[in-house]
Amino acid sequence: MSDPNIEGFELEKGFKGMAKDTGSDQTMFKGVHWGKAMMWIFLLSDTFVFSCFLIAYMKGRSSTPAEWPNPSEVFALDAFGVPVPLLLIALMTFVLITSSGTMALAVKYGYEKNRKMCGYLILATALGGLTFVGMQAYEWSKLIHEGVRPWSNPFGAAQFGSFFFMITGFHGTHVSIGVIFLFIYCYKVFAGHYDKGKRGWFTKMKGDYVEVEILGLYWHFVDLVWVFIFAFFYLW
Amino acid sequence: MSDEHENKSGYQAQSSETIHAQSSEAITGSGSGIAPDMDYVRPAELPEQDLYHPHSFIEKWVFCQDAKVIGVQYFLTAVFTGIVGLILSWLMRLQLGFPGLAGFITAEHYYQFVTMHGMIMVVYFLTALFLGGFGNYLIPLMVGARDMVFPYVNMLSFWMFFVAVVVLMASFFVPGGPTGAGWTLYPPQTILEGTPGHGWGILLMLISLSLFVIGFTMGGLNYMITILQARTRGMTLMRMPLTVWGIFTATVLAMLAFPALLVSSIMMTLDKLLGTSFFMPTILKAGEVLEYGGGSPILFQHLFWFFGHPEVYIVALPAFGIVSDLISVHARKNIFGYRMMVWAIVGIGALSFFVWAHHMYVSGMNPWFGFFFASTTLIIAVPTAMKVYNWILTLWRGNIRINTVMLWCLGFIVTFVNGGITGIFLGNVSVDVPLSDTYFVVAHFHMVMGIAPLMVIMGAIYHWFPLVAGKMLNEKLGKWHFWITFLGAYSIYFPMHYLGFIGVPRRYYEMYDSPYMTSGVGLNEFISTAAFIVGAAQLFLVFNIIKTMKTGKKAEQNPWKANSLEWYTSTVPPEHGNFGDRLPVVHRWPYDYNVPGAEQDYLPQTAAPSEVAHTEVEKT
Repeated sequence: MSDPNIEGFELEKGFKGMAKDTGSDQTMFKGVHWGKAMMWIFLLSDTFVFSCFLIAYMKGRSSTPAEWPNPSEVFALDAFGVPVPLLLIALMTFVLITSSGTMALAVKYGYEKNRKMCGYLILATALGGLTFVGMQAYEWSKLIHEGVRPWSNPFGAAQFGSFFFMITGFHGTHVSIGVIFLFIYCYKVFAGHYDKGKRGWFTKMKGDYVEVEILGLYWHFVDLVWVFIFAFFYLW
Repeated sequence: MSDEHENKSGYQAQSSETIHAQSSEAITGSGSGIAPDMDYVRPAELPEQDLYHPHSFIEKWVFCQDAKVIGVQYFLTAVFTGIVGLILSWLMRLQLGFPGLAGFITAEHYYQFVTMHGMIMVVYFLTALFLGGFGNYLIPLMVGARDMVFPYVNMLSFWMFFVAVVVLMASFFVPGGPTGAGWTLYPPQTILEGTPGHGWGILLMLISLSLFVIGFTMGGLNYMITILQARTRGMTLMRMPLTVWGIFTATVLAMLAFPALLVSSIMMTLDKLLGTSFFMPTILKAGEVLEYGGGSPILFQHLFWFFGHPEVYIVALPAFGIVSDLISVHARKNIFGYRMMVWAIVGIGALSFFVWAHHMYVSGMNPWFGFFFASTTLIIAVPTAMKVYNWILTLWRGNIRINTVMLWCLGFIVTFVNGGITGIFLGNVSVDVPLSDTYFVVAHFHMVMGIAPLMVIMGAIYHWFPLVAGKMLNEKLGKWHFWITFLGAYSIYFPMHYLGFIGVPRRYYEMYDSPYMTSGVGLNEFISTAAFIVGAAQLFLVFNIIKTMKTGKKAEQNPWKANSLEWYTSTVPPEHGNFGDRLPVVHRWPYDYNVPGAEQDYLPQTAAPSEVAHTEVEKT
């Protein structure tokens, strides 16, 4: 059995075949774009960063002697005079997950060379990300207004504010960087850089629609991390 | 690019088993080949790499995208930090050997020297030198690529490292001086008043470390993807030189271990700047409770050593890989147990993530944890010992050239065994507790991750200098350099084991008239003298390089008669793009030395099976 995509490459069944494919010459991941492989490995490394943050959070939360604040009270939002727990955060999560959907569609239209749809969907994704960052800024300012600081807060253990601002801040930075790149890619798609194979400003390398997918990988990762942060901070 | 044109169809049916292994059947794994064309290698999967050639002096030598130039830039920057680290160690030895002789070294200065020496040598010197320096230079050449896969990111990686070094060096000149918290930066004392450099010093250190991690990540992605996805035709994973395997595995470790360093740096920066208490417990100082409270100092230790222990192997694995290649080339014999060597490298790398708490036996932990971490630590001795046996078996009945490169390799094996065996002492909880924080520990880790990798670096410099500079280093000077360094290093670290046994604690500015110093004083003077001599002996190398560049013998192509691809470039030194018009096609592993039946004692990786049909090459 040969791989139809790669000339001269034979596939063999079983563990031995897998070992042979993995160790074969030229590439380990057959047909995988360099940039895509790079993004996957970068995300693996970034996973370790967020894991370290979250494990540190678990350790800090369980070892601090002071009482941990009750998240459903701290993160409640007043809607028409009634405090609704997790309202804002539910909206934020919804917006971010939706933006993952638009991103996935953008990738699809990108590969179909549907320049316009791809561009609009990237724009929608960027706006979703921007909305998320905006709502996070609102949440931060609300908590700061209520007296929560990185070094102390009126609800209990000081580490609550420390970990909250640090981890959501680090995630928010990821989202913001993603938004900046989404806007850049949006411009590049609308300007047709990927159709013409125009060389990048900095890298001098030819662009391709696969870059949209690479950015998409990053964007989905940022969303996935948010799910974990959501679970650890708001539901625990 | 098609291979049909270079097939030697004149090959007759005299194929033995060993030759048959080189046929398309073995390479593609298909059983359908009826008349195997023995030189067949699968066609190229990828188009030629798009390279951006420099247009100006700055693009060529400063913001250069060529991995070879970046490698040299990394090398020189790392060596600069290494010289700073060396001078700091001299100052420490001056104080320890001859207390009070240099009046300007106060206790605070001493702690700052200890800290900066440690951090510089481990992170900014050894890691950057092996991965940034040798990695950048050798990976594309050895796997047969034109360049790293993301040259622009690679360039950014170096400049991020450069900025990290500038920030680090700036901490020598800020108010309060560099941090003096010890290279492990244990909180809470690191950021509290009373520790030297608790203001600007520690801040710059943490910023510099974060920049280093960011810069390394950019480089590391390049190294990994180049090795995984940009090898030349015929270069299977199991035909890669062990140097590439060592650097690759070390890079994987770094990509997974540096996140812990980044996170702990960020958290400590916040503790320092914003007054958070991630690592800060409730502290009483002069009867007053500080603002901090509720944090966990042990958490920092776990994060730090989750980085810190793999870091040891980030330094050691490239050294293992490089030394394997050097020994094989200069003993004119194939490396003994290549597959075992590869799996040992990978195994050591994997195990290194499960041993970190052996640095924390005296921090207080559940005895079962001590049991677990002692077991995993001692298990690492198994693959490591396999490697040592294989190096020795490679030498066994080899056609050994006792040149400078080989001397450094032999020096490495001896030193590494020495440091490894003391590691078995320290890996056991009950033996470690009394030896903890004594000079025994200092002797151990300097032997195993200081001197041993340094020996490999020196060997590698003498080995690859003809490739990089196109001239042969002087052998006579090289041998002087080796013997003084080798004997001197043993004079420094051997007595330290004894100091540790009699209980001399490390990181002490002065021993005053403690009882054990009756026998320790003379030794300390001896160690310090040896340290000055060894440090000065490095000038042999500097002088050698200057002399060689001026009047040295021009190197022929492939002066060591080696097999791996870096010696088969279109020009020496290699130009941008490495291999001229056509990328090499690989037919074998790089260790075919003294193959029975071959005309020469080496078969380059590019030698096609039909050219060597009458030899008994191994199946690779």
